[in-house]
Amino acid sequence: MGEADPTPSQTVGPFFDIGLRWLHTPELVGPCVPGAIRIAGQVFDGVGDPIPDAVIEIFQADPDGRFPPDTETGWRGFGRCLSDPDGGFRFVTVKPGSVAAGSAPHVDVSVFARGLLQRLVTRCYFGDEERANAADRVLRTLGDGVAATMVAPAEDGTYRFDIHVQGEKETAFFAW
Amino acid sequence: MVSNQVTKGLELDPPYDSPGYRSTQLRFPKRPLLVLPEGPTELHGPVFGDLAVGPGDADLTRQHAGEPLGERIVLSGRLLDDRGRPIANQLVEVWQANAAGRYAHAGDQHPAPLDANFTGAGRCISDPDGGYRFVTVKPGAYPWRNHTNAWRPAHIHFSVFGRAFTERLVTQMYFPGDPLLELDPIFRSVSERARGRMVSEFELATTVEEWALGYRFDVVVGGHLATPMIG
Ligand SMILES: [Fe+2]
Repeated sequence: MGEADPTPSQTVGPFFDIGLRWLHTPELVGPCVPGAIRIAGQVFDGVGDPIPDAVIEIFQADPDGRFPPDTETGWRGFGRCLSDPDGGFRFVTVKPGSVAAGSAPHVDVSVFARGLLQRLVTRCYFGDEERANAADRVLRTLGDGVAATMVAPAEDGTYRFDIHVQGEKETAFFAW
Repeated sequence: MVSNQVTKGLELDPPYDSPGYRSTQLRFPKRPLLVLPEGPTELHGPVFGDLAVGPGDADLTRQHAGEPLGERIVLSGRLLDDRGRPIANQLVEVWQANAAGRYAHAGDQHPAPLDANFTGAGRCISDPDGGYRFVTVKPGAYPWRNHTNAWRPAHIHFSVFGRAFTERLVTQMYFPGDPLLELDPIFRSVSERARGRMVSEFELATTVEEWALGYRFDVVVGGHLATPMIG
């Protein structure tokens, strides 16, 4: 069997609600589960206006650093949140464990929206993991300003992770 | 120091900055993209085989009391990785306008009729051979305000998961022979060489006699990874 040409990406468009809402899953764990944390933020465009029609998806390891299907708990590690009219999103999850030496705890984030012909991919790191973040093999190669866009400060049990797709505060994104 | 900036190796995907498609203007990143760290998080992905997705979810013509209007079609294909291997037991989601070109969505202001018998959403789990199959109606073209007299060619939105985070893909499937394709900035945002991969094929083998036309569309995920530029 030979190599196959990949199918190119296209925008999710404005009407994804019809097809994607059924799996709106912002709670990876119940909010009262021990160790539950919140990751919340807003998505902004290049002039600082909120993007009300975005889909944010996350994927992460469980607290022991394991991934599906290798967990007994049925951990899917996946959440999908359709942004609200203010571009807001909010996940309830647990902090992922370490997945490799030199890798600070992180959650992979995809952003889909009208006007994005491909998803945007970034990582959410945790602001209260200073030591691990300083040693992280991705963060440590970046300038402080760029790295900081991927680190969510902790405020009262919520990690604040705003996503700026363009502009002065632009989030660091990965080519995928 | 190795640069974290990358350049796309194959340009199979459309650029974020695509001036013909106006909505990209304030939404494309201007900073250089970074090399994707291929760590364990990127090389794993969610598993959906246990979701309560049934055969009814793949038949968009049987979700209401009556049948929707329009040209009934059977849409099938396979979910494959970039080496041609089937991806079994993964989630395929689709959504589309009705036969008149209208979405069952409050934001769609196109004055074409809604169809009480059509929502336009479906999903299924790929079979052991990576196969999927939907029964639906052919969507209509619809106008949008991107430029003067702008019409989207008929299309069905696809969302698929591969085995890894890197294989996540959202795309659109088009129909062969549509004269609107060459006028559509979203379709044309993809390089000429790769556009054909988004166009389904009419297929007599899956056409059901006296009942529905068959279209085939294989979805190939992965292979999108950019090549790091050392410098
Ligand atoms: Fe559409």
